[in-house]
Amino acid sequence: MNIKKIEERFFRVLMFCSTVIIATTLMLIIFSILYKGLPSVSWEMLTSTPKGGFYFGKGGGVLNAIIGSLYLSLGATFLAFLFGLPLALYMNVHLIKHQKLVNGIRFVLDLLWGVPSIVYGAFGFTIMIFFGIRASLLAGIITVTLFIIPIMVRGMDEVLKSVPRGLLESSLSLGSTQAETSYRVYLKQCIPGVITAILLSFGRAIGDAASILFTTGYTDYIPTSLNQPTATLPLAIFFQLSSPIVEVQNRAYASAVILVTIILIISILARVFSSKFHKNKINF
Amino acid sequence: MENPKIAISDLNLFIGKQHILKNINAEIPSKKITVILGPSGCGKTTLLKSLNRLTDLNTDVKVSGSIMIDNEDILTTKRDITDIRKKMGLLAQRPYPLPMNIYNNIAYGLRISGRKNKRFLDKRVEHYLRQVNLWEEVKDRLRDPAAALSIGQQQRLCLARGLAVDPDIILADEPTSALDPISSQTIEEKFIELKNNYTIILVTHILRQARRIADHVIFMYLGEIIEQGPAAQIFENPQEEKTKSYFQGMFY
Repeated sequence: MNIKKIEERFFRVLMFCSTVIIATTLMLIIFSILYKGLPSVSWEMLTSTPKGGFYFGKGGGVLNAIIGSLYLSLGATFLAFLFGLPLALYMNVHLIKHQKLVNGIRFVLDLLWGVPSIVYGAFGFTIMIFFGIRASLLAGIITVTLFIIPIMVRGMDEVLKSVPRGLLESSLSLGSTQAETSYRVYLKQCIPGVITAILLSFGRAIGDAASILFTTGYTDYIPTSLNQPTATLPLAIFFQLSSPIVEVQNRAYASAVILVTIILIISILARVFSSKFHKNKINF
Repeated sequence: MENPKIAISDLNLFIGKQHILKNINAEIPSKKITVILGPSGCGKTTLLKSLNRLTDLNTDVKVSGSIMIDNEDILTTKRDITDIRKKMGLLAQRPYPLPMNIYNNIAYGLRISGRKNKRFLDKRVEHYLRQVNLWEEVKDRLRDPAAALSIGQQQRLCLARGLAVDPDIILADEPTSALDPISSQTIEEKFIELKNNYTIILVTHILRQARRIADHVIFMYLGEIIEQGPAAQIFENPQEEKTKSYFQGMFY
């Protein structure tokens, strides 16, 4: 057997093994979550708040955490989108001739992306102390927004960056302003990618525990205003898994199943939406 | 030249330290086809794009001199840049249809200049699609995405879209280089038809194409204009050595 064939075989085996290892690990994670959590997922779990305290009470469910997580991540994703989309478009349309500046912004965003979420949590906490805000839904939303903005902007930036210069020139030479080019041409061309970026950020927002540990607190109740502390699914897992009581532990596993299911639904929706908006995209 | 549409004088353009356009002096006649000819990298595309100031989009670009279009210096004018660009339709090396359906590709330019009446738009869209011989091919699928058209059809759509904003000048940057021979021929025929109403500036490195349709020729080499004049004179009796050897195919 010649050396090329050995090389070819070696890499094939390597790739095959990596695929199997990764796939198996993922399956194991999902399996163990489902195995432990599915029996605990019941109608009561989904529709009631914990009875007798989330740490010691044996009854009730995790509705408080489900609602809290949705409030928190929807709010944060919305806020991040409000600031993130204009920034991403600005970088790619208005700043087109200032590539050095744009690359600088990209570098900073990548650094921020790499900052561990607990640091954002600590930062949010300092700001809360400064302004005298208690641990609350609002504080959590702000912290999580800061945490996901780099992810969302870089996600959108990567697709906007791929729009060819010719499309920009075409749009400008039709007499559009840069703002019209941004929102009527670039955004249309990149809708699938933009939606993916939003949903990716939403996934990060709903799944992160560290950034909200200090900032949103935890409670047995569903929040009725932005100033109240809020339960969330990741913290529901964190707090309840450490309880000595089996029923409480089961609530943690159920929370994990619910969290994974929400993220799964989001991913599927992302696919559906992006293919729906794909038809007008020009393939260059 | 009497009443040139465009008069360029002492135009110098730098990108960074690169001197792309060197002392360009040229006049472009009204309602004729002017062909800018020259080997790759000689600055002909840059010259074309400086006419509607798309060169502004480059990093670190410096321009000096003047470009008078209808007796207005577009390099120093206080007028909004979008107004200047609207006077010129651009046809690029390959079609860049907008990411929307066929109808909206044409209607886009009209809508952003405030024409939103549905019946007016319908009429204009049909008119311009007919003008580029595309109407019969697409009239039953105006709501289909422009991406579904063939490359040749897309380029004609881009021409129609450019005409729809009612320019007086058409800038064409090697518009047939990505097209099949039949589509190229259609574009050339359209240009000959359109020159009755528009001033057309065509960048090309296809010598035969230049011979077929040029009325006026500007020959460029390494950022300079070597020779310019009426097509017949330049092709029959070039004065400069560089032009002669280019026509003989000594370099591309």
